[in-house]
Amino acid sequence: MEPASQVSYFAALELPEQLSIDRKDLEARFYRLSRTLHPDRFARAAPEEQQRALDASALLNDAYRVLRDPVARAEYLLSLRGLVPADSKYVPPELLEEVFELNMALEEVKMGDREAIPQLRQSHKSFQQMLAETDHGLESDFSAWDSTQNPELLDRLRARLNHRKYISNLLRETEKALESHVSD
Amino acid sequence: MFQIDFGKSEESILGIDLGTTNSLAAVMEPAGPRILTGIVPSIVAVTGDNTVVAGEAARTILLHHPERAIYSAKRLMGKGIKDVEAERFNFVAATDQAVDSVVRIAAGGRIFTPPEVGAMVLRELKHLAEEATGETYSKAVITVPAYFNDAQRQATKDAGRIAGLEVLRLVNEPTAAALAYGLDKRKAGIVAVYDLGGGTFDISILKLQEGIFEVLATNGDTHLGGDDIDNLLIQVALEDIASEWHTDLSNSAEAMELLRRSVITAKERLSFELSVDLEFEWNGRKYQRTLSREVFQKLIEGIVNRTLGPCRQCIKDSGVSVDQIDEVVMVGGSSRIPMVRNAVEVLFRARPHTDLNPDEVVALGAAVQAGILGGSVENQLLLDVTPLSLGIETMGGIVSRIIERNSTIPASASETFTTSVDGQKNVRIHVVQGERELSKDNRSLLVFDLKDIDPLPAGLPRVEVRFLIDANGILSVTARDAHTGREQSMDVKPSYGLSEEQVEAMIESAFENAEADFAARQAAEARVEAESILAASAKAKTSNAWSFLSKEDQHAIERAEADLVQAKESSDHRVIKGKIEALDHATQALAENIMNSAVQGALKGTHI
Repeated sequence: MEPASQVSYFAALELPEQLSIDRKDLEARFYRLSRTLHPDRFARAAPEEQQRALDASALLNDAYRVLRDPVARAEYLLSLRGLVPADSKYVPPELLEEVFELNMALEEVKMGDREAIPQLRQSHKSFQQMLAETDHGLESDFSAWDSTQNPELLDRLRARLNHRKYISNLLRETEKALESHVSD
Repeated sequence: MFQIDFGKSEESILGIDLGTTNSLAAVMEPAGPRILTGIVPSIVAVTGDNTVVAGEAARTILLHHPERAIYSAKRLMGKGIKDVEAERFNFVAATDQAVDSVVRIAAGGRIFTPPEVGAMVLRELKHLAEEATGETYSKAVITVPAYFNDAQRQATKDAGRIAGLEVLRLVNEPTAAALAYGLDKRKAGIVAVYDLGGGTFDISILKLQEGIFEVLATNGDTHLGGDDIDNLLIQVALEDIASEWHTDLSNSAEAMELLRRSVITAKERLSFELSVDLEFEWNGRKYQRTLSREVFQKLIEGIVNRTLGPCRQCIKDSGVSVDQIDEVVMVGGSSRIPMVRNAVEVLFRARPHTDLNPDEVVALGAAVQAGILGGSVENQLLLDVTPLSLGIETMGGIVSRIIERNSTIPASASETFTTSVDGQKNVRIHVVQGERELSKDNRSLLVFDLKDIDPLPAGLPRVEVRFLIDANGILSVTARDAHTGREQSMDVKPSYGLSEEQVEAMIESAFENAEADFAARQAAEARVEAESILAASAKAKTSNAWSFLSKEDQHAIERAEADLVQAKESSDHRVIKGKIEALDHATQALAENIMNSAVQGALKGTHI
């Protein structure tokens, strides 16, 4: 038997390496496998068997946690192919203007200028929209890769994931600023 | 020939709710879980003859000799002396604390660690359960607050081992409550469990589906509960008393304990009445204050509100909306307070469930989990989560999270470490638990040193460390050289808690003394009971009712008293118990007389 750490998350859930996964089906697999693998089922077994159940169950839970989240799932698949997500610290060129304006607004709000709040709200809305668009793009990347397994698609996927990570960071920052300055 | 009885069923596993204030044990039976012990106070005390008792007997001692008793020790589980400085425990020993990281508790001239105190309560529960069924129990499922960290869980497990129990599983209290409820209603849905106990608060949101109990998120405060409400009321009474009597009672442990009893009674009655009288007598003086529910609610508003923040965070983390939550289950004695119920109803927009006794539901659930482990409950499975994120300290004291909170357990994560200097042989790693950015703001769990790394240029060695949180929520760490696959040697130093050697030594001494201890304890318990019945009898003799008794009856009582005073010194509890019963019997007529005159007195509107 392979050591638990060598088994891929896809294999742990008895799935092929694919990007589009149905949540309901994934949950059903997780519950079914949990029923047989969970340490509770081995409370009266020998210590080695208990240890094996513990390892198998940890792998199953880790796998479910990653695969049920589309972004984490895609990043995981990239890592299996030796592709590390690029550094998300650089600003994607297409976002330069947005980021510049947002930073100005954030700075003003921090200084106590409440007039910048509508600007923040506007940014918040547009980031939400961008995120939705990116997610839409991800979905089409997913199905394209699932049907062709064309390695070039992975580069596109990686770029889109970076783009998404950047937007969601901006979104989080905007939300935090709105929460702390609008409530009071 | 050998006769092997294959038909004999396996030993039952106890389900134990080890609470801050009270504890209970239950077992799973074919008809469902059943409480075996009744409510046992989580109190440990040292008797006048230096025997350690737990439960009811210890509570009697707490009332009259508080300096010999320990209560609410669960609040000290898995803590260091720094953590408890802010607590107003009069029994935390201040000396000898630097030796290691476990709090020492002094009572009756002896020193205990919190796991040892927990072990005494567990042993009492074990004995009571064994008395109730005639079976022997050596295995248990013990519940812990869902928000307990690694050190607190480890301390609870140590307590079980010291008590001679193999702890098969630690189960989170709110999850146990859900299991107890789930037995009756096997339906799909989202359930929130709100658990406000004596010392801790937990909130958990679960998804139920075909016997699977999947915890989606949990949150809480291990330092919030009924004790805090009691302390507020005590504060109010102390201020009143200080201005009325011009005395500060807070230095008298006995007065404080009596006052605590009084405020608890008032608090409990306020759940059913709109106004109560808070009454307290000390040294012949009487303090009385009318307390309306309205005033009470204003007083505890802050405490109730403190439970709502964790609830909101838990809803957010669970990924469900409030509307999707079908039911809310209320657990813990403080969930009886109407204001608490209202707040929960408003927040969750669902009627709180109170069908099961909130004091018993956790122990019942622990018994269900015991049934799952023992194999008698087949279709149910609990998938719980870790309440706090696990992280490692990186450059600048910043935490890098490796297992996020609310991850289903068992959960694991692997990290690869390397060296920063050529030829470096050791790497030190600090593991913390919590949600804060900086390492120092989180709970330190352990420090481990990877040792004997091959002396290579900086950055070349690769040591893969695997962090594994088991189904009890307890962390273990293993390491291997990623190049060779060989196991990497390391030293692990837990930041809090007893060492393996300390636990072993405690188990050994408990085992050696088990039989003698048990007999001595039973005698000591009987002695405590004897003293309290003798005191009651002495008091009764000063009442009017005494003079209405025949000379014969009076003699009989005095003889029974003398017998008991003599028997009290026996080391056999049965001898003492026998004389207690005799005195009890002899004083029956007297007790009835007192009751009658009390009733008559009440009818006349006078006090006796």
